[in-house]
Amino acid sequence: MQLSRDELLKAYTTMRTIREFEERLHVEFATGEIPGFVHLYAGEEASGVGVCMHLDDRDRIASTHRGHGHCIAKGCDVDGMMAEIYGRKDGLCAGKGGSMHIADLDKGMMGANGIVGGGPPLICGAGLAAKQLGTGGVAIAFVGDGGSNQGTTFESLNLASVWNLPCIFVIENNGYAESTSSKWSIACDDAADRASGFNMPGVVIDGHDFFAVYEAAGEAIKRAREGGGPSLLECKLNRYYGHFEGDAQTYRGPDEVKKLRESRDCLAMFRERVTEAGLLDASDLDAIDSEAEAQIDGAVAKAKVAPPPTAADLLTDVYVSY
Amino acid sequence: MARTATYQQAINEALAQEMERDETVVVMGEDVAGGLGTDGERDAWGGPLGITKGLYGKYGDRVMDTPISESAFIGAAVGAATAGLRPVAELMFIDFMGVCFDQIFNQAAKFRYMFGGKAETPVVIRTMYGAGLRAAAQHSQCLYPVFTHIPGLKVVTPATPYDAKGLLIQAIRDNDPVIFCEHKGLYTLEGDVPEEPYALPFGEANIVREGDDVSIVTLGRMVHVADEAASALANDGIECEIVDLRTTSPLDEDTVIETVENTGRLVVLDEAHPRCNMATDIAAMVCEKAFDSLKGPIKQVTAPHTPVPFSDTLEDLYIPDAAAVQKAVKAVMESSK
Ligand SMILES: Cc1ncc(C[n+]2csc(CCOP(=O)(O)OP(=O)(O)O)c2C)c(N)n1
Ligand SMILES: [Mg+2]
Repeated sequence: MQLSRDELLKAYTTMRTIREFEERLHVEFATGEIPGFVHLYAGEEASGVGVCMHLDDRDRIASTHRGHGHCIAKGCDVDGMMAEIYGRKDGLCAGKGGSMHIADLDKGMMGANGIVGGGPPLICGAGLAAKQLGTGGVAIAFVGDGGSNQGTTFESLNLASVWNLPCIFVIENNGYAESTSSKWSIACDDAADRASGFNMPGVVIDGHDFFAVYEAAGEAIKRAREGGGPSLLECKLNRYYGHFEGDAQTYRGPDEVKKLRESRDCLAMFRERVTEAGLLDASDLDAIDSEAEAQIDGAVAKAKVAPPPTAADLLTDVYVSY
Repeated sequence: MARTATYQQAINEALAQEMERDETVVVMGEDVAGGLGTDGERDAWGGPLGITKGLYGKYGDRVMDTPISESAFIGAAVGAATAGLRPVAELMFIDFMGVCFDQIFNQAAKFRYMFGGKAETPVVIRTMYGAGLRAAAQHSQCLYPVFTHIPGLKVVTPATPYDAKGLLIQAIRDNDPVIFCEHKGLYTLEGDVPEEPYALPFGEANIVREGDDVSIVTLGRMVHVADEAASALANDGIECEIVDLRTTSPLDEDTVIETVENTGRLVVLDEAHPRCNMATDIAAMVCEKAFDSLKGPIKQVTAPHTPVPFSDTLEDLYIPDAAAVQKAVKAVMESSK
């Protein structure tokens, strides 16, 4: 699948923006200013971006607790996301949702999710609506390796198959669910092996490689759009930080992350590939790096001084308040 | 001198002592040990807040990590309980009951009655609840009223380290399914906790503070909010009697009625949403059984009827606080004979 110069720039920009967003949150979280639980997506960018590059506003995605990357990849406003994570009134969800519940339905982003396995059934519904209404849209559930073991995920795979829905289930296997290895928790070799039991294609992808994800997702999405039914993609990748911020990660081997950053970093791999092939210049990418940094600086600065919600906001957005 | 321990340590100790006493006691849940299948440390977590940490080192395979499959492993704990084990399963956040509720309320809760008294299901489901950690709408709820509604379940909501240990030991020894609700805002609370094992009976409320003017009936973390309010009210010459329900099922109706007979005034304080919660339940029970003792209307202090908001500003407004309790107590004083 040939990508244009603009598409390549967009892919790198989105991945770099996510990385910058997450690396910066890691720093800001340590200051104690950010409330609640924060799960970072750094290291996994090629997956969210490789999939979402194929999507537009007709298409829906459902994310997980580790949702920032999916939000950015699906076009959510970065300032609004940052403000949400700081619990501000002008956050994407008015400060009521927080990191685990960022959503923007206008962008087809059905929400990060605090419930592991919460997304796949919703995605069957989004796929059903797209099919019935004939929008040509597809619906995509991102699921962790841990979430791949949830009953709701299995039921959704089956439902999507028997209803022949335009759904894609993207299992982001980062090796761990909290502190538990996916090598232990998943009974078969690859989560993708399960696809055959639901009569759909299942593909294992190097999730560090943007181009591999882009290609496999492109095929699955094309098939779904054309009425060919659901697919399962398993992206093998890694997270650079703990399960959540504050996780001591003693379950990881020594230097595990350092080695991954050196050898399997999706941004470095992308850079090497496009510059060696002469598709983009290093200076193009350097410029994007600086822009992303400036953008996130701005988002954090704005979020820090943004006003919190007011007392009246407590009782709005619910049908009745006692 | 009495030994002090945190709520969290008290829970860990209760588990350890019961595992020591009875080898049919097993612990299971997501990352209750942690590190399974990894290159790094085993027992790396002890649950997300480290509550069960150390048990794996002592009891090995009787501490079982599970995949993220609550329907299957909570159900497995229930099934194992009917077949000779005494499982203590951790349903990490009470909010996750949505995933596995059938196994709890249609299966575990029903067996004894539905099978004509022939089944025993000695399972404990430990779960954390409550707002205050900025954990947002799906990790902060107070869903104990939902369990309390279901015949066949016992529901426990300890407010102190002492109660946490004694009630958990009772829960493990009990032959009915017990939902053991730990308020996540209490884990670091310290208090006197005897080192030796002890069991506190279910259905016995605790009079935490004596007073003759107004009764405050409450539970869980709200016991401490009530106490803060009562201390402030004492400065204004109003003496509150605080009743900590300790278990919502079985419910100690007698102690509630006695305190109302003593003071004639009632404030019910509950962190749950205002409809069909413990506050409405207690208020209805008092109206039915002790109406003549009341000198005026009952007041309920609860969270509002909204999901738990994320923003710290909103969450602080959401959680019932001492000021709200003081206001309610004063209103009850004013509106009574
Ligand atoms: C129903 C439910 N069970 C458990 C949890 C607690 N929990 C949150 S994230 C997580 C691990 C998820 O692992 P995985 O699906 O691999 O996603 P990752 O964190 O690796 O992105 C767990 C157990 C939850 N939020 N919801
Ligand atoms: Mg994972």
